[in-house]
Amino acid sequence: MKYITQLLYILLFSGLGELLERVIPLPIPAAIYGLVLLLIALATGILKTAQVQDAANWLISVMPVLYVPICVKILEYWGVISQNAAAIITIIVVSTFLVLGVSGLVTQWLIKRGKRK
Amino acid sequence: MTELLQDISLFPLLLTLATYQLGLWCQKKTRSPLCNPLLIATALSIAVLLLTDFDLQLYQTRSGWITWLLTPATVSLAVPLYGQLKAFKNQIGAILVGVAAGTVTSLFFIGVLCGVWQLDTALTVSLLPKSITTAIGVVLSEQNGGIPALTSAAIVITGILGNLVGSFACKILRITDPIAQGVGLGTASHVIGTSRATEIDPLAGAVSSLSLVIAGILTSVLFPLVLLLR
Repeated sequence: MKYITQLLYILLFSGLGELLERVIPLPIPAAIYGLVLLLIALATGILKTAQVQDAANWLISVMPVLYVPICVKILEYWGVISQNAAAIITIIVVSTFLVLGVSGLVTQWLIKRGKRK
Repeated sequence: MTELLQDISLFPLLLTLATYQLGLWCQKKTRSPLCNPLLIATALSIAVLLLTDFDLQLYQTRSGWITWLLTPATVSLAVPLYGQLKAFKNQIGAILVGVAAGTVTSLFFIGVLCGVWQLDTALTVSLLPKSITTAIGVVLSEQNGGIPALTSAAIVITGILGNLVGSFACKILRITDPIAQGVGLGTASHVIGTSRATEIDPLAGAVSSLSLVIAGILTSVLFPLVLLLR
């Protein structure tokens, strides 16, 4: 029973997110609206962490499995992807390093500056 | 044989769980991030579908409901996020600015590089969200005319890359602060990078999982802007 109630809350916020996605004309996924709404509910105490925790942890733990059917669709696009394979791989490698470096160094610089004060 | 398998309505789900299980087993045996369960499950699923000549359309319709669970799973990320926000109250400013800097860098450079290689809009939109968590990236790609399968693959490859070279990159760039290491790994390589961050330092791991959610939210907010600028 615990899981049913908890799942109900999470689905409720997911549904609200989908409604907002329809109403707000921005290309932001429904899940983001739902996530932010749930975060607000937790922060304001409307909902307690314990009221959703178990179902949330379960959903998060199975998340990678949910991507398998999406990844399998790569079959349909194999032509266009293999034609641009060199570009795609280069872009992935270069941008991953850049992002890691910039975000890490900026954070480190801010933390050091904060400590000096 | 093909017809027999197509008569089992749960076959796509069975195949998904069985191949993922094998992937988990490989990862446990080898302890290598190269043995990513999602990559192994995808490759094996594709192999089985091709070998048995399974109707791909049928596979997609029957496994579609699994994908439908992604929205509630992503919404659930709010629960650990809330806990982490409370734990890192004092450093939240530095973390937020760091993640924002990384996210802007990511969108800007991927946009520029795609332009340099003259990739079309569908490919560019598919690659733009490649540093964030699959749940958000795939939807952004789908909503804006990208190829969700490519986005998903690019995200997994990015994660594995971050995981493999994360510690090395932190060393040569002299990122020594565990919070900064967490922000770097989480912003650049989401969940798979986070597992490396956790190995470096538990604090880095927690910051990394906080960063990946913030990066996901920021990317979806900035996405419309990036598309306008193109």
